[in-house]
Amino acid sequence: MKQKIVVAGNGMVGYKFCEKLIAKNELARYEITVFGEEPRPAYDRVHLSAYFEGKTAEELTMAPLDWYAAHNIQLVLGDPVSFINPVNKTITSMKGVVVSYDKLILATGSAAFVPPIPGSEKDGVFVYRTIEDLDLIMDYSKKARKGAVIGGGLLGLEAAKAVADLGLETHVIEFAPRLMPRQLDEAGAVILKDKIEELGITVHLSKGTASIDGENAIKALTFTDGVVLDVDMLVISAGIKPRDELAVKTGLAVGKRGGIVVNEYMQTSDPNIYAIGECALFQEMIYGLVAPGYEMAEVAVAHIAGIERTFAPYDMSTKLKLLGVDVASYGDCYGTTPQSKTIVFEDKVKGIYKRMNISEDGKTLYGGILVGEAENYNMLLQTFKNGIVLPPNPEDLMLGSRGGSDSSANGLSMLPDEALICSCEGVSKGDICGAVRELNITDMAGMKACNKAGTGCGGCVPLVKDLINDTMKSLGKVVKTVLCEHFAYSRQELYDIVKIQEIKTFDQALDQVGKGCGCEVCKPAIASILSSTWNEMILKHAPLQDTNDKFLANIQKGGTYSVVPRIPGGEITPDKLIVIGSVAKKYNLYTKITGGQRIDMFGAHVHELPDIWEELINAGFESGHAYGKALRTVKSCVGSTWCRFGLHDSVGFAIRIEERYRGLRAPHKLKSAVSGCVRECAEAKSKDFGIIATEKGWNLFVCGNGGSNPQHALLFASDIDEATCIKYIDRFLMFYMKTAEPLSRTATWLNKMEGGINYLKEVVIEDSLGICDQLEREMQFMVDTYACEWAEVVNNPELRKRFKHFVNSDEADPTVAFKTEREQKFPVDWK
Amino acid sequence: MEEKEMPNPIEQLQKVSWIKACTTDSIPENEGGCVMIKGKQIAIFNFTKTGEWFATDNQCPHKMQMILSRGMLGDQAGEPKVACPYHKKTFSLNTGECMSGEEYSIQTYPVKIEKNEVFIGLRD
Ligand SMILES: Cc1cc2nc3c(=O)[nH]c(=O)nc-3n(C[C@H](O)[C@H](O)[C@H](O)COP(=O)(O)OP(=O)(O)OC[C@H]3O[C@@H](n4cnc5c(N)ncnc54)[C@H](O)[C@@H]3O)c2cc1C
Ligand code: SF4
Ligand code: SF4
Ligand code: FES
Repeated sequence: MKQKIVVAGNGMVGYKFCEKLIAKNELARYEITVFGEEPRPAYDRVHLSAYFEGKTAEELTMAPLDWYAAHNIQLVLGDPVSFINPVNKTITSMKGVVVSYDKLILATGSAAFVPPIPGSEKDGVFVYRTIEDLDLIMDYSKKARKGAVIGGGLLGLEAAKAVADLGLETHVIEFAPRLMPRQLDEAGAVILKDKIEELGITVHLSKGTASIDGENAIKALTFTDGVVLDVDMLVISAGIKPRDELAVKTGLAVGKRGGIVVNEYMQTSDPNIYAIGECALFQEMIYGLVAPGYEMAEVAVAHIAGIERTFAPYDMSTKLKLLGVDVASYGDCYGTTPQSKTIVFEDKVKGIYKRMNISEDGKTLYGGILVGEAENYNMLLQTFKNGIVLPPNPEDLMLGSRGGSDSSANGLSMLPDEALICSCEGVSKGDICGAVRELNITDMAGMKACNKAGTGCGGCVPLVKDLINDTMKSLGKVVKTVLCEHFAYSRQELYDIVKIQEIKTFDQALDQVGKGCGCEVCKPAIASILSSTWNEMILKHAPLQDTNDKFLANIQKGGTYSVVPRIPGGEITPDKLIVIGSVAKKYNLYTKITGGQRIDMFGAHVHELPDIWEELINAGFESGHAYGKALRTVKSCVGSTWCRFGLHDSVGFAIRIEERYRGLRAPHKLKSAVSGCVRECAEAKSKDFGIIATEKGWNLFVCGNGGSNPQHALLFASDIDEATCIKYIDRFLMFYMKTAEPLSRTATWLNKMEGGINYLKEVVIEDSLGICDQLEREMQFMVDTYACEWAEVVNNPELRKRFKHFVNSDEADPTVAFKTEREQKFPVDWK
Repeated sequence: MEEKEMPNPIEQLQKVSWIKACTTDSIPENEGGCVMIKGKQIAIFNFTKTGEWFATDNQCPHKMQMILSRGMLGDQAGEPKVACPYHKKTFSLNTGECMSGEEYSIQTYPVKIEKNEVFIGLRD
């Protein structure tokens, strides 16, 4: 007779229970039925916010429906368990299905805790827990302007990011006097608050909410101190409440403040009923993280299968990225262990706070906090967990790479084999190194497939990679960053090979130094190298180009393209503005001013592109290369010509620079800006290279970056004249184009460069490698051979032929559809 | 152009009718092109590197975009594939299976070349 197992709850932990039971290979012994309340199979709640960034519900799914079917699991969705009869051992679902069980698993998770504030039932008030919640929030946010989040803890800040990303003015309201009161101390919380407020989010501390006001929909919040805050949307994210209502109804023991009481085998007060995940209360503690939930699933599976395994109080260390800020806390983060000392490092300018609590003799790490930079978290956590003796200057461990790159390698080798590296999947250092040694695993993808390390929260990935590399080194295997399976070389090596062996086509490269047919990684990389070396018309290598370069335009939702003519320095005559307007009107294009001071026209069918460009080129425009990994724009402020503070002509210099480097293909896009004085209205310090006027000349900054990981450019040379500035930029850009990995911006390139900015100065300014002459010559060649790609296409009937949707008819794609909003056209949303 | 026919198991299993799609020179080397056949958009790929031809749905199942003919060709351990321009999901040109770990797949169609014409096999 098969044992009947019923699982109530198909969340992350309920799913993991099934997966682990199946992994025991004893399926033949069990018959599994799963009831889920939500309409869809279990999904990755930890990465729920990724749904806002375009991940689909399917992509977040833990396993598709087929998986359940393939393993003979009966999965009933949208139908929660509503009644348990522990005497007859049966359950009844809401829709009236009755199933008997031998073992019942409660994996009902938790619900968002909604404090009893009058008005919480109003329209526009949400919680942040399920995909459905997110759909509702997204929908409502379209008509909202100002949003608030109640709760300044981990989940509240996560929700705040979502509200801010939806474009609402965002307020965070926390009852405690500091953010993240469970993970951070006062000083750490202050740094976090500063960083969050820099993003334009307002943080209100020590604020209790008295009522949620408005007639049907929320209009404002009134705080207990009488202050009123106008908002038209609210997300409540003030903690969790274990879903123990079923257990209560059944008469199982529950905790005073909720949670189903379990023993070390995860059994409830009825030995045939188990509780796991966020609904379970173990030694008066609810574990609101996924890793301990997975361990509970493992323990319950073991117990049912008759294997001895017990649950022990779990370490609640966490590392998170909240609103782009790294926050980590581990072990005894407040230093409450008797006779402990504390080392604190604080940099208010950069927004970094680090604290470690150690024993009086300085040998043992008890715990700590990291805010603003948490690179060393994994090493610190491992040191703490494994009780490794601290080095003589323990702060080195926390402050990072001052002691050179060896220190972390030594640290790794000191870890015992049992050290748990991936706590989500329970993979130890010994498992990882063993897989490299015995199974010949050489990369992260292989490791994931082999033992699932790093497939959970992903926090351990850097450490796993280091372990793979270290183990390979110890085996005498070469560790190399290679492009892909087709080329066993790094981009820099290929760059030299292309140049020295005079390789002019991709096939030549494949034949001489590669294998196979190529792929979406090496084709664009080689295309970029070919064009950085020989500067030939980009469409000569059309099959290698990403679709943007293939059609010399940016592909947009729905399959149409956008058109961006170059407007050097952002300066444009009224006549040219009129041309853009009339072209956009004629072809019914959506127009928008870009962040780079030019105009983008969207919604062109592929066959219209050559006609549109013909008109633009006849009016004196040229390609803006918005589609290429190439120089985009050189932004400028008005400078001395108009501005009362301006020191030099920033517009004129910006135009000169933009025209010099236009069309230049590089490992990634390049942006630049010129400001006319220190007020920096052109934001030059956020660019790959930026120039700011000084009394005596210009200051040159390099390797800045906006985007998802902003980084300020660093001062490279001061008070230099225009010619010197251009000379340095020539050398700098060429050196970058030759040595960077594919798709790495100048900031990333510099971060990885040994010796950093000082080394870069030695190479580019002091010519320490003796290559500056060559770099300048190569750049001059690029400048001299520049030609507008669109002009070539427009004048070449063969090339023009490429621009159509069907090869067997001249029709446009009939599936392209638009809608109208704010008097302009937009593509319809994608499914 | 020499005459050649790609062996395709589907053809052996089921009766297909061959429909003339376009001339061989209308699909650039190592690239794709889209044809409309019986109201259906089909992507045809001229895999010049190995001398093979393939045909698949033009629609990418990820976000339902009519785009795969503009994708990039390549191989993974010898398996020919196309990468969607939008989010770089890759699909096997032999089986249509998604090679980036997604559950969805695309339909593939048999192709034959006669003289300088490309024919697509559609099941009756
Ligand atoms: C926005 C967000 C971010 C997070 N970030 C992190 C993070 O970075 N790191 C981390 O470790 N954790 C994080 N968490 C917490 C993590 O998601 C949870 O710890 C984990 O999901 C718990 O899994 P579970 O299966 O116990 O509960 P759940 O995932 O909540 O699943 C329980 C399921 O049971 C269903 N259910 C309830 N009652 C019944 C019933 N009677 N019958 C049938 N079904 C029922 C529920 O509808 C639900 O689908 C985050 C959570 C959220 C919401
Ligand atoms: S290391 Fe951290 S923790 Fe892990 S993927 Fe693994 S867990 Fe999550
Ligand atoms: S950066 Fe200086 S010169 Fe330029 S606009 Fe601002 S204040 Fe004027
Ligand atoms: S639409 Fe094809 S990969 Fe997203």
